[in-house]
This record gives sequence, structure tokens and C-alpha cells, in this order.
Amino acid sequence: MAIKTFLESIRDTMHDEMARDERVFVLGEDVGVTGGVFRATEGLYEKFGADRAIDTPLAELSIIGIAIGAAAVGMRPIAEIQFADFIHPAFDQIVNEAAKMRYRSNAGWECPLVIRTPYGGGVHGGLYHSQSIEAFFCHSPGLYVVAPSTPRDAKGLLLSAIRNPDPVLFLEHKKLYRSIKGEVPDGEYTIPLGRADVKRAGSDITAIAYGAMLHETLNAAEQLAREGIEVEVVDLRTLFPLDRETILTSVRKTSKVCIIHEDTKTMGLGAEVAAIISEEAFGDLDAPIRRVTGPDLPGIPFNETGEHAFLPNAEKIATALRELARY
Amino acid sequence: MATQVAEKIALEITHRALGLSDDQVLEMYWAMLLARRLDERMWILHRPHLVAFHISGIGHEAAQVGAAFALKRGYDYAHPYYRDMATVLTLGMTPRDLMLALFGRQGEPSSNGRQMPSHFGSRALNIVSGSSPVATQIPQAAGIAFAIKYKKTDQVVLTCFGEGSTAEGDFHEGLNWAGIHTLPVIFLCQNNQYAISVPAAKQMAVPNVADRARAYGIPGVIVDGNDVLDVYGAMRDAVARARRGQGATLIEAKTYRPVPHSSDDDDRTYRSRAEVEEWKKRDPILRMQEYLTRVNLLNAQKIVESDARAKQVVDDADEFARNAPYPPAEAALGNVWGQVKS
Ligand SMILES: Cc1ncc(C[n+]2csc(CCOP(=O)(O)OP(=O)(O)O)c2C)c(N)n1
Ligand SMILES: [Mg+2]
Repeated sequence: MAIKTFLESIRDTMHDEMARDERVFVLGEDVGVTGGVFRATEGLYEKFGADRAIDTPLAELSIIGIAIGAAAVGMRPIAEIQFADFIHPAFDQIVNEAAKMRYRSNAGWECPLVIRTPYGGGVHGGLYHSQSIEAFFCHSPGLYVVAPSTPRDAKGLLLSAIRNPDPVLFLEHKKLYRSIKGEVPDGEYTIPLGRADVKRAGSDITAIAYGAMLHETLNAAEQLAREGIEVEVVDLRTLFPLDRETILTSVRKTSKVCIIHEDTKTMGLGAEVAAIISEEAFGDLDAPIRRVTGPDLPGIPFNETGEHAFLPNAEKIATALRELARY
Repeated sequence: MATQVAEKIALEITHRALGLSDDQVLEMYWAMLLARRLDERMWILHRPHLVAFHISGIGHEAAQVGAAFALKRGYDYAHPYYRDMATVLTLGMTPRDLMLALFGRQGEPSSNGRQMPSHFGSRALNIVSGSSPVATQIPQAAGIAFAIKYKKTDQVVLTCFGEGSTAEGDFHEGLNWAGIHTLPVIFLCQNNQYAISVPAAKQMAVPNVADRARAYGIPGVIVDGNDVLDVYGAMRDAVARARRGQGATLIEAKTYRPVPHSSDDDDRTYRSRAEVEEWKKRDPILRMQEYLTRVNLLNAQKIVESDARAKQVVDDADEFARNAPYPPAEAALGNVWGQVKS
């Protein structure tokens, strides 16, 4: 068992899988010689060469288009989009092409492709280096959307993603890259896609989060525990398709729910989670479902106060949880 | 002396000069003819709304058969577009397959009737499944070529699209990759001069699509898209280049679509009947018949016979598809996700 940062875990996992399976290669802007702007692909070029760590043209549509073609004929591409904010030129290739390849050919063709991309705010990235993009892509059956929050999960989920026969959008919260360290088991292990994880058990309230907000939520739960309120923290891990069972099991136990995400509120992931709970577990609820999310603004401001105002954090989450406890 | 004369005559026979046997060139004719008769039937079936939609390859048969004929069937890859009926017929799809797609019936091989007709795909024939957004197949074809290069086989990829689609960013990005990485892919633009109603001059400021090849460091070749042998010759050279590891070629086949864009289009709103009639005189099937007659491979009687044979095949496909069941409703639900294989 080694202690690794979130970033090291991702990098080492790609390295190991490229060593194991020569169909796996990485492509993206600056992923080769320099090892990626966040250094997520550092060392892959040196180890596996220019054929397998490809510095692509600055053209996101084709990064995905090329990867789809290669995946269709048996390769296992890992495409990096340098920042999630710049994935939109490739939206058509992801949603109309990769996600629909299996369905549209009645399983004649498939698209085993991983798209890794750093997303999220809190690093002074302003409007265009802070976006949460998951909601756009969680509306596209045929595409998995994964967002790990710990180094251990990042490894197990990334391995599953690479070996998965369908396309996976693998969202890496950039604030976690170097700020989160944790134990990563040695050797190979996979974590199935589509399974959430209870990161902290509790009996009073269910808090549902993912990515960077998972850590803020755990901090908030810690504060509440000192006040005698036991919060169960569910880490969604896979955002589409959602693990309804884990969500509902926890809600039936606690009867109170708070959903936390950094993405803007309206039509965000929390809306769907809330809808699932009201359809399936309405009778178990003792309080209205709460959401703590980013506000409905076009972007996250660059300046310190604006960014702080936008992002949910442990304080804001704790306040919501306390109110929910009192309800 | 006599043998020299015979050789000289042989070289004047275009198909032989291209290395095609008499049988092969007759096979080309048959593929073009079958595609045409099948396509004509599809229009007829649409008229009383027996089928919901048809998009036609009429007029494009020479470009398509000439190109597909230069591939190794089932070995090379094709990533075609919706007009490529003659391409996929040449590559091994059957008239029954295509009729099943037209009627949206059970067992249709491209998608089991999930997609609109003419969204071809077959794993067995290495025909990659296509979608409706134009030009998306272009970077994907470059991606297939990228994988081929990585695996070090001598396969090639053919991808097809219209001239209007070359205005899309996908075209630029795909060709850019092919140039940078010297990829074994042939980009065949079937330039029929219109994108629905919009003429080519409103898609680009250069006279030829092929002119754009220079910007990507690959050869751009213009061929007469209504002359199957002209297309075949250029395609054969491009395939040979690609197999030798010398990279991609952009081929522009100049042609015309003498029918509306699709069964939903009325082309009288954007072009004159005189223009259409003028182009009908250069019909690729007629041109092929003239050529084959000139080289003594076809005559009036054989033309009638092959037409009768084509009608039989089309009748069979039509009847087969018409009587095929629809997929059961549950068939819409499956094959969203695959299973992990270890
Ligand atoms: C991205 C996208 N935009 C618009 C359309 C609608 N559309 C379908 S075919 C077509 C014209 C294509 O013209 P061209 O590329 O010249 O091919 P042609 O049909 O003439 O063979 C248009 C606009 C589409 N299918 N995809
Ligand atoms: Mg056109």
C-alpha cells in the first residue's frame, strides 16, 4: 500500500495499464514530451515512445474523432482534453458518435474509449478553467460519466474505464490533483462503474456528493459529528448511470437528504438525484430534499471573493446539514 | 508486328491499361447498374409512402464503384456516407440488406432498423457504422488509419462525403491529422455541386475541393466522377500510396445529383431543369454502356439482359423486405451498454 496524490494515482494507473496492454495509448494536447499541463501523463512518452503518448494538434474535435476511429478497430485510446472547459468543440463526436456507436449499429461496432479531463473550480481558473461539465454529458445514454474523489478510487475506476467496452468520460477535479493524498493498494484492482460508495456511515442525514465536494462534505460531516449529528456521506463516483440502490438504501435509513455539487443548480445532477428519491422513497422522507450547489451563474469569477462566493464549501454544507437536522 | 499492334490496341482499352480484366470491368458495370435500379425502386416505393424516407445515390455510381473496387473487400475499411449505396453494394452488402433498411425491418444488418435508411454499417465487411451529422466520419477514418499504422498492417481506409461537408471543421481536423501522421486513408469527396440547395461556391472560395489538400501536405486529385475508370485509376494509385506508407490522398470526384437531395426535397426551388437535363446526358451508367459497347463487351441485347437480371434482384429484395416483420418493440431497448471482457 502506497500513499499517493490523486494525480500520481492516475498517472501510475495509466502507466501500468499501458505496460500491460499495448492497445492502450494516450493522446491530447501536450500529453507527450512535456507530460501534460498538469503532468498527468508525465513519463509515458519516455517509457512508451511517441507512438503511444501522442502530442495532438490543438483541435479537440479531432482528438475525440481520432480516438473513436482507433477504438472502433480495437485500440484502447485514452484521450485527454486539457481542460473540461474546452471539451465543447468535441461535444458532437462524444455525444452523437462515441455514445451512440453501439446502439446505432445494434452492437455491430463499439467504442472503448476513455476521455480524461480536469474540471472544476477553486484554483483561480476563472470562467474558462473552472467549469463543471458533467450535466451536459449525463444526458447521453451510452456514455459513462465517472468522477472519482480519492486516489484509491481513481485507480480502480480508471482501470475499469480503460477496460470497459463503452466510452467513459473520466472527470478529474483539478483541485484534488495535488491536494488530496491517500492510500492506494498495490497491484491490479478495479472498481465497477455505476457503483456509489458510502464514504462515511451515519444515521441522521444522507449527504450525497462527488469530486472535490465529497471532501468538503466529509469535513462538514466531521463538524456535525462533534455536535452529535451523524451524517452518512455517499460518494456517487459514477454520475451516469447512477447507483440508485446505494442512494435509496441510505435515504431509507436516514430519512433526510442533502445533495451537494459544485456545478450550477438548475438541471444539475442534484435535480436528477432528488427526482429519483422522490419517485422511489418519498414515503421515507422526513424533510424536503436540500441542495447545496453552485449558483446559476455563467461562470466562476476569477477574483478571490467571487470564487469563494460561488463555490460550496464545508461551512455552507454544514449550515445546510444543521438546518436539515433541526427540521 | 501483329503482336505489337495487338498490344497497342490493348493499351487503348482503358480498363486493361488499368490492370482490370474484362470480367472485372463487367462486374463494375453490374454493381453500378444494380445500385441504380435498386435506388430507382426506392424512389418508387416512397411515392405512395410505402417507406418513410429515401436518400439517393443516383448519379454517384461511377464515383462509388470506382472507389470501392480499389479496396480489398473485408480487409480494408470503409467509413461511407449516406449516398454510398453503390459503395456498400460493391463491398458486399446485398440488395436485401438495403431494402430491409429502407423499410426499417427486423434483421436489417446495419442497425436492425434503428437508424434511418442509408446509415450503413457492417462489422463483418469492415464498413464502419455511420451517423447523420455530416463529416463526423472524416476524423474517425483518420483514427482508423492511425490504428492501422500503429498495428503495422497494410490496410487502408476509404471515407466519403459531399463537397458541402468539407466546410465542416471535422474535414479540416481529419485531413490535418492524416497529413501530420502520414496516414493510410483516402478521402473521397463526391462533389455533386450542391449541399441540399446551396451551391459549392457558397461553401468555399477555391474552385476545387482538391485544392485544399495542399494545406494538409497531401496530394489532391480531381477525377471525372461520372467515369468509373477515371475514378478507379486515381483510387488505385491512392490505395497503393497508402499501402506503401506514403500517406493520405484527397480525391475529388466531380459529379452531379440528378435527383432531389432526398425524398423530402424539391430541387425545383434552387436549380433549373435545363441544368439537370444537361447533366443527365453525362449519366455514369450511360457512359459505361457506351464504353463497354465500344470495346465489344456489351451490346443492345446484353444491356436488355442485364437490366432484366437487375430487375429480378430488385424485385426479390423488395418483396423480401416488404414481407419482413418489424423488430419487436423490446428490440429498441438493448445494446446500449456492452459487457466487460477480460
Ligand atoms: C452537421 C449537419 N448539419 C446539417 C445536416 C443536414 N444536411 C444533411 S445532408 C446536407 C447537405 C450535405 O451536402 P454535401 O456534403 O455536399 O453532400 P451531398 O448530400 O450533396 O452528397 C445537410 C445540410 C447534417 N446532416 N449534419
Ligand atoms: Mg453535395
